[in-house]
Amino acid sequence: MASLRDIKNRINSTTKMRQITNAMQMVAASKLNKAELNAKAFVPYMEKIQEVVASIAAGNSDTEHPMLLSRPVKKTGYIVITSDSGLAGPYNSNILRSVFQTIEKRHESKDDYTIIPIGKIGSEFFKKQGMPIAKEITGLADQPEFAEIKEIASYAVNLFADEEIDELYIYYNHFVSAITHRVTEQKVLPLTDLAEQDSKTTSMYEYEPDEEQILKTLLPQYAESLVYGALLDGKASEHASRMNAMRSATDNAEEIIDELTLSFNRARQAAITQEITEIVSGAAALE
Amino acid sequence: MKTLDVSVVTPDGPVLEDSYEMVSCRAESGELGILPGHIPMVAPLAINAVRLKRDGKTDYIAVSGGFIEVRPDKVTILAQAAEKPEDIDVDRAELAKQRAEDRLNQAKSDDIDFKRAQLALNRAMNRIEVARGK
Repeated sequence: MASLRDIKNRINSTTKMRQITNAMQMVAASKLNKAELNAKAFVPYMEKIQEVVASIAAGNSDTEHPMLLSRPVKKTGYIVITSDSGLAGPYNSNILRSVFQTIEKRHESKDDYTIIPIGKIGSEFFKKQGMPIAKEITGLADQPEFAEIKEIASYAVNLFADEEIDELYIYYNHFVSAITHRVTEQKVLPLTDLAEQDSKTTSMYEYEPDEEQILKTLLPQYAESLVYGALLDGKASEHASRMNAMRSATDNAEEIIDELTLSFNRARQAAITQEITEIVSGAAALE
Repeated sequence: MKTLDVSVVTPDGPVLEDSYEMVSCRAESGELGILPGHIPMVAPLAINAVRLKRDGKTDYIAVSGGFIEVRPDKVTILAQAAEKPEDIDVDRAELAKQRAEDRLNQAKSDDIDFKRAQLALNRAMNRIEVARGK
């Protein structure tokens, strides 16, 4: 049995650990709040841009823009949103597992796809697996602003425009609630399912100067905002997931402390009992 | 007087929501003035100030990289960045302007960098002008 001092030390270190995980939980909770607000602030922009794009796409089908056309797929791009730091429970492993399995299933050779990982955990994972990486992005702020994302998004969109890749998917954890997140795959490019997406908007627009010009500025913006939306969603899930992981870590530490305190008290009692027995038996031997 | 509901929306959230008598802005194809009852229209906007008029007064908004959607009673401006004069960080804009000018002096005119610097310069100048109220 461990000595009294050993147990005492373990209680102390576990208490400190609990303090840290508890603080991390609170930090994550406040970040989650902000991330949710950000995601909410983005909704009106997304809805509006979707509405306009859909009505142009539905309005007339003879406008041709490379981003609206599916072409034979030679190479597929994947944007994978992970976090920079660990301690976020199953957040990263879920998404990486899902991407890995999909890629294994879909592609036979490494020339058929390329990955743009966002977050350190993701890029390290794909590097270790020896998978092709187009560009890795790390060190993103917890509350990213659109200006920061724009570069990433336009890089990916340009890959498609330059025909480096013929399809672009984005993988992220969709924030359902603070305790549920779902790994989601979203096709960003080409934008083929626009027309059927929103048939209720029947308003017809005049286009100034013409539809082609509008699509030229609008579609990259639309694709970029899809990426940004996924990122905000992913960030919210990340903070929620970290909050949950830290909460259960705090709970577990509490449990361990309880157990250790119990055995500490037992050991102390045993020591006292032994001491008394020794004294009594010593006195008995003298008589 | 009839009014238009104007909303300016960016990815970082709505910037302004109010009603005005007239909206004027510079689209990529030229100046546009919109009064209530305009036919539905979509146009990409140049990097410039959007002028919103009401009761003889004019509010300015610096807009970069966006487009305008017009309905008879509602105007929506979707931009990647949009600021009211009081929200503009003039020092930052001045720095950006300086940076862009330096880069323009170095780069060749057919470079991508040159074009990017030009856009950055436009954005910075636009912000500075709007912040100073023209």
